Amino acid sequence: MSETGLPTTDGRRLIAAARRRDLLFAGIGLAVLFVATAVLLALVLDLVLTGAPHIDLDFLTSYPSRRASRAGILPAWVGSALVMLVTAALAIPFGIAAGLYLEEYAPRNRVTDVIEINITNLAGVPSIIYGLLALGVFVYGFRLGETILVAGMVLALLVLPVIVVATREALRSIPREVREAAFALGADKWQTVSMYLLPAARPGILTGIIVALARAIGETAPLVTIGALTFIAFLPPPPITAQPPFVSFEWLGSPFTVLPIQMFNWISRPQAAFHELAAAAGVVLLVMTLAMNGLAIYIRYRARRLLG
Amino acid sequence: MAGSLPPADGVLASGIRPSPEFLARRRLKDRIMRGLLFAAASLSVLVTLAIVYVLASESLAFFRHVGLVAFLTDTQWTPLFAEPHYGILPLLAGTVTISAIALSVAIPAGTVLALYLSEYADSRLREVVKPLLEMLAGVPTVVFGYFALLFVTPLLRRLFPDLPGFNMLSPGLVMGVMILPYIVSLSEDAMRAVPDALREGAYALGYTRLQTAVRVVLPAALSGVTAAYLLGMARAVGETMVVAIAAGQNPNFTFNPLEGAATITTYIVQVSLGDVAYGTIAYQSIFAAALTLFLLTLAFNVLGFFLRRRFREVY
Amino acid sequence: MTLAAPLPAEPAPPSARPDEARPAEIRAKAAVEDLSFWYGPKQVLFSISMPVAEGCVTALIGPSGCGKSTFLRCFNRMHDLYPGNRYAGRILLEPEGIDIIGPKTDPMVPRMRIGMVFQKPNPFPKSIYENVAAGLRIRGVRSRTVLDAQVEKSLRRAALWEEVKDRLHASAHTLSGGQQQRLCIARALAPEPELLLLDEPTSALDPIATAHIEELIDELSRRYTIVVVTHNMQQAARISRFTAFFHLGRLIEFGPTEEVFTRPRETMTQDYITGRFG
Repeated sequence: MSETGLPTTDGRRLIAAARRRDLLFAGIGLAVLFVATAVLLALVLDLVLTGAPHIDLDFLTSYPSRRASRAGILPAWVGSALVMLVTAALAIPFGIAAGLYLEEYAPRNRVTDVIEINITNLAGVPSIIYGLLALGVFVYGFRLGETILVAGMVLALLVLPVIVVATREALRSIPREVREAAFALGADKWQTVSMYLLPAARPGILTGIIVALARAIGETAPLVTIGALTFIAFLPPPPITAQPPFVSFEWLGSPFTVLPIQMFNWISRPQAAFHELAAAAGVVLLVMTLAMNGLAIYIRYRARRLLG
Repeated sequence: MAGSLPPADGVLASGIRPSPEFLARRRLKDRIMRGLLFAAASLSVLVTLAIVYVLASESLAFFRHVGLVAFLTDTQWTPLFAEPHYGILPLLAGTVTISAIALSVAIPAGTVLALYLSEYADSRLREVVKPLLEMLAGVPTVVFGYFALLFVTPLLRRLFPDLPGFNMLSPGLVMGVMILPYIVSLSEDAMRAVPDALREGAYALGYTRLQTAVRVVLPAALSGVTAAYLLGMARAVGETMVVAIAAGQNPNFTFNPLEGAATITTYIVQVSLGDVAYGTIAYQSIFAAALTLFLLTLAFNVLGFFLRRRFREVY
Repeated sequence: MTLAAPLPAEPAPPSARPDEARPAEIRAKAAVEDLSFWYGPKQVLFSISMPVAEGCVTALIGPSGCGKSTFLRCFNRMHDLYPGNRYAGRILLEPEGIDIIGPKTDPMVPRMRIGMVFQKPNPFPKSIYENVAAGLRIRGVRSRTVLDAQVEKSLRRAALWEEVKDRLHASAHTLSGGQQQRLCIARALAPEPELLLLDEPTSALDPIATAHIEELIDELSRRYTIVVVTHNMQQAARISRFTAFFHLGRLIEFGPTEEVFTRPRETMTQDYITGRFG
């Protein structure tokens, strides 16, 4: 710079250099983005190209077998579905309730602080540790065995923070005018919450639930520790029966396997034929989780557009 | 039910008042719900207590047989051998090596991407990229494991022909991609929370975008970004399936990424897959290993929590 | 309770039914006695005393930040929603003389009897019908016939019925700003409040919608006791029978609107209404 402050030749060169660096960084940013996308694409393509040819009706309706050509994922997806049923039944009410309490009821005090820090930390505890919790407390402590019920419970605990956080964020985004209007009309807390806040928060909570269940369905480690069996040639007892009362909860106490465990089992075998089956199971799993995440993203996007 | 009906028009309104029974029922319901919601929120504390109790009690039983000093200094971990050794170091070495690889991918890439998204990208690009990252975060870890073992490792073998099928490099790299979305979204949140006034000040001084991003936004968001790194670390250290599938399950006291090695988490998986009876030292040993892991991640998480809270307070 | 000096005994307004003539004397619906209020450590209202005349419109005027909205929100204890706020003094709700801000009074009791319309239209994200029915549902009214009748009556009183009668179940957010505010008035009217609080109800509206609401307030004053906060002095002069002038958290002057605007006792009031500050 010259003394007058106007750019001299040197100054201009400086500016040009700065601009070049600016562009370079933008380039690097785009490159990172590109690589991340490419990895995701490679992962999906590799899995689909290897696995998709194996997916047919037989694959979905057969039991696992020692012969790769005959093996299927029937018990795995049935197990996943039943475990999800338990997880949803537990995680949804508890997650929403905890989120409601922390956002709408909790007084600002020590107890609230402890609960908040605690939930944040639970969200960061490695999933395998939840598995050991289930092993020590549910399987051996409560003698519930290595069952669908325990699997559903441990996954519910694991994804609880996701629903809690989503509920809180959804409630926080409701303008305070809605609360004031309800209270001015004479509503008490629970009326305000149940009649006005929960309906308004529904899209956000729903998004959280779907993301949570998508995570639960792909979770493997905590189920390994509670001994989800990898070779199961039978189905759990059906939840609906022919005799009255037509519903049965026997399946809750049944041993089980789930899709990710079945996939893990097939990956661990040395034969390439089983690796292809693993890819096929992976495709099924990936389609389910990506579809659920996509649905969640869509719901949030639509809700945001509706709110303007 | 409503107490009185509205009076005829022309008379001052006198209010539709609820019946005392309705009000009593309403008050009861409000109290019950408040109690139930509080109970649900406290459940999380119970879960934490249960985790600590299980890990501590089983570990205590474990340390009655194995000295703490041996646990922390022995360089062999061979609990299933006839003459068992219980040194956590080999497992820690595996954990640290793989996490280091993952973080050396995820931290630079994540920081660059977050800066790019918050300072460079226009909103349309962001609308596309954020869902993409969420998708990436939604991929099950066992699928990442498959990808590491059967796609990345063969690819790496072209570079390093001697690379064994089980190695730490491949799962490390894949795990880096896996935790990338967390680091990006948390650090981007922190960067976007930096007030625009700071950016305007920088631009007014003649800073370029890059200078603003690196010299103003990044330092201002530092505690939030550091929290993102810490949470990423916690995730890397605790990740199980990718490692169990692609790094092998053999305890190996080495920091060489081209070798295979077990981590704390893979050891737990390995024991769980076998037939280990309740109450044996092998059974207890997975709890001791898990306690180590829990303390590690807890440290990262607590530090991250307070950094994030401090960050929120500043802005 | 009979009001003392400031309220002249005016003739009763024409009643709909002659056999039920209104009392000749104006009574107080509420009496504010030595009210002070703190946001946390900061005092924002300083020992305010004034009556609220039954069956009349009382306007609260004053420059922004003078505490008029804060004062209004004391009547239904809106400040209780946020931590750290504190009241002193009394606000008696007649005829029983319940102290609205008394520490032993459940805020639900006054809120059940007092309606409020806010500055910005704030309909619930629900249907038009459900918005109007909200106050009744909160009071446990379930009967469809009672709800239907009261929803229609309230919408008619809010001069909105003709515009929405064919789409009662459409979302309230499909209405225009002025319509939304009338919907909020209908919502406040549905439980037949003894006292209606309007917090700058026209500040977010265009002039035409404002004129609508002003006419409406005039109409409503036959049936409801109304306290309205306004930053618009002409509006206060047009719609109110009594006016209270606030400045920096203090009540400077209170009296019949005509007197406050034509023969103010305080020079500060004079300065304000002639536009010298505010």
